[in-house]
Amino acid sequence: MTPFTTRAKDPVISIRGLSASYGERRVLHGVDLEMYRGEIFVLLGGSGSGKTTLLKQVLGLAKPDAGTILVNGVDITACATSELTAVRRRIGVAFQGSALFSSLTIAENVALPLQELTQLADPIIALMVWMKLKAVGLANESDFLPHQLSGGMKKRAAIARAMALDPDIVVFDEPSAGLDPIVAAGLDELILFLKRGFGMTVLVVTHEMQSALQIADRMALLHDGELMTVGTREEFVATHHPRVRQFLERTPDPAPRAAADGFAAAFLRGIHHES
Amino acid sequence: MTPVERIGRSAIRGAEEVGTLALQSWHVTLRLPRVGPLIGRRRRWRATMQQMLTIGADALPMAAIMSFCIGYVLALQSAAELRRFGALQFVVDLLAISFTRELGALITALAVSGRTASAIAAEVGTMVVTEEIDALRVMGLDPVEFTLAPKYLGALITVPCLTVLSTFCGVFAGYVFLSSSIDMNLRVYFHEVVDSILLRDVCLTLIKSEIFATIIVQVGYMEGLRARGGPEAVGTAATSAVVKSAFLVILADLVATAMFYLMGWSVTG
Repeated sequence: MTPFTTRAKDPVISIRGLSASYGERRVLHGVDLEMYRGEIFVLLGGSGSGKTTLLKQVLGLAKPDAGTILVNGVDITACATSELTAVRRRIGVAFQGSALFSSLTIAENVALPLQELTQLADPIIALMVWMKLKAVGLANESDFLPHQLSGGMKKRAAIARAMALDPDIVVFDEPSAGLDPIVAAGLDELILFLKRGFGMTVLVVTHEMQSALQIADRMALLHDGELMTVGTREEFVATHHPRVRQFLERTPDPAPRAAADGFAAAFLRGIHHES
Repeated sequence: MTPVERIGRSAIRGAEEVGTLALQSWHVTLRLPRVGPLIGRRRRWRATMQQMLTIGADALPMAAIMSFCIGYVLALQSAAELRRFGALQFVVDLLAISFTRELGALITALAVSGRTASAIAAEVGTMVVTEEIDALRVMGLDPVEFTLAPKYLGALITVPCLTVLSTFCGVFAGYVFLSSSIDMNLRVYFHEVVDSILLRDVCLTLIKSEIFATIIVQVGYMEGLRARGGPEAVGTAATSAVVKSAFLVILADLVATAMFYLMGWSVTG
């Protein structure tokens, strides 16, 4: 079996007919999606498009109304807790707000999954932690507490922790949110490095078009709980789908725009009236 | 919404909360051995000791001072009545019995629910808001074992100790009062106290204090887990943890005392 021919068609995560709701509100409507081994898949979507909900479903943090999610061949919507735990150990997650444990130092944060889930001796764990921190460029900051780090450093530390158990899949939730363009570009580089250097499958959930075009092998746009387009970066950029074009060209929704104009006009009229 | 509907809804919500608490208590009880000394993991036991220090050191001054004040007030108020019958020495019995049976455990529980329930709700609420709880789950670590179990075991060990200490403070307040008003000697005073308390009362009170500890920690954790959204949710969670745990402690006190009475355990024979 040659790894390079199977690579392109080997689905790591495959989602079929996924529907989910948040309270009373329906958030996802029958989403179908496949992610292949060794690719960087970027899921784009505006605020309220359901991308966070989709992410929670993939991580098994919430139960769907309908549909199946296969991760490495295991249906995580219907499997036993022990199986779900086994699947999750192959997934590393870098959360939007980093989610570092605030009472532990950076090194302890990265060491935690290794201490809890493996039988490795402490010196080996220390070495592995150092390697992960070195890979994200934080080897000198290992004894800092999370609140002593800048936003970009926290994200890097979160990535180091996500990689602690050498997962097959790494998930990034809004990696560049709240970062300046230079630090965000650095993170893009780091994500590309993870794919090249470790052969990991990477799922990135974001609304940053620029960063998505930098890193994506394939991308998809989620809007109002439905997938608009799925395809390679080139296919995505070339598509004529109105919503995707709107996203690519940063045009606002027509309705709120008209409302805003109307509001401005009324406001000006009001001023005029008073004078 | 009609009044009937409103009553029904709040009854359902109440039943749901009791169910959540019971389920959560059961889950954490199953995991208690893993955080205990010797049999549990060393790192967890260290976390438990940390929690014991936090809970104990947090509430000790407050519980001690509250007990002392209430003991002194009780002595003052009852002395005025008892003196009319020339039975001032019964102040000792009154204080000893009311503190060992009831007030020691109750005052301690209220002090702990003010400090610890809010602290737990705030800590867990922050962990929910910053996705730390989700991070634990996706790492394959159990948040109940990781965050709740050390706190629960810590409280189960610390709260009875605090109860004993605050009972002592309450009873001691009686001595301070009597020594200044009728020159009572400390030896005589404690001899009287030891004569009037029963081992059975002390045991029942310690059982009650375990019930209170359970309520405080479980309510704090439940309210923390419910925090949704931004930082303001953490404040709301802390407030409602204190209100609910104080309320439930007093309710549980009534239920437990009535049960002990009906079973004939607390009747002095």
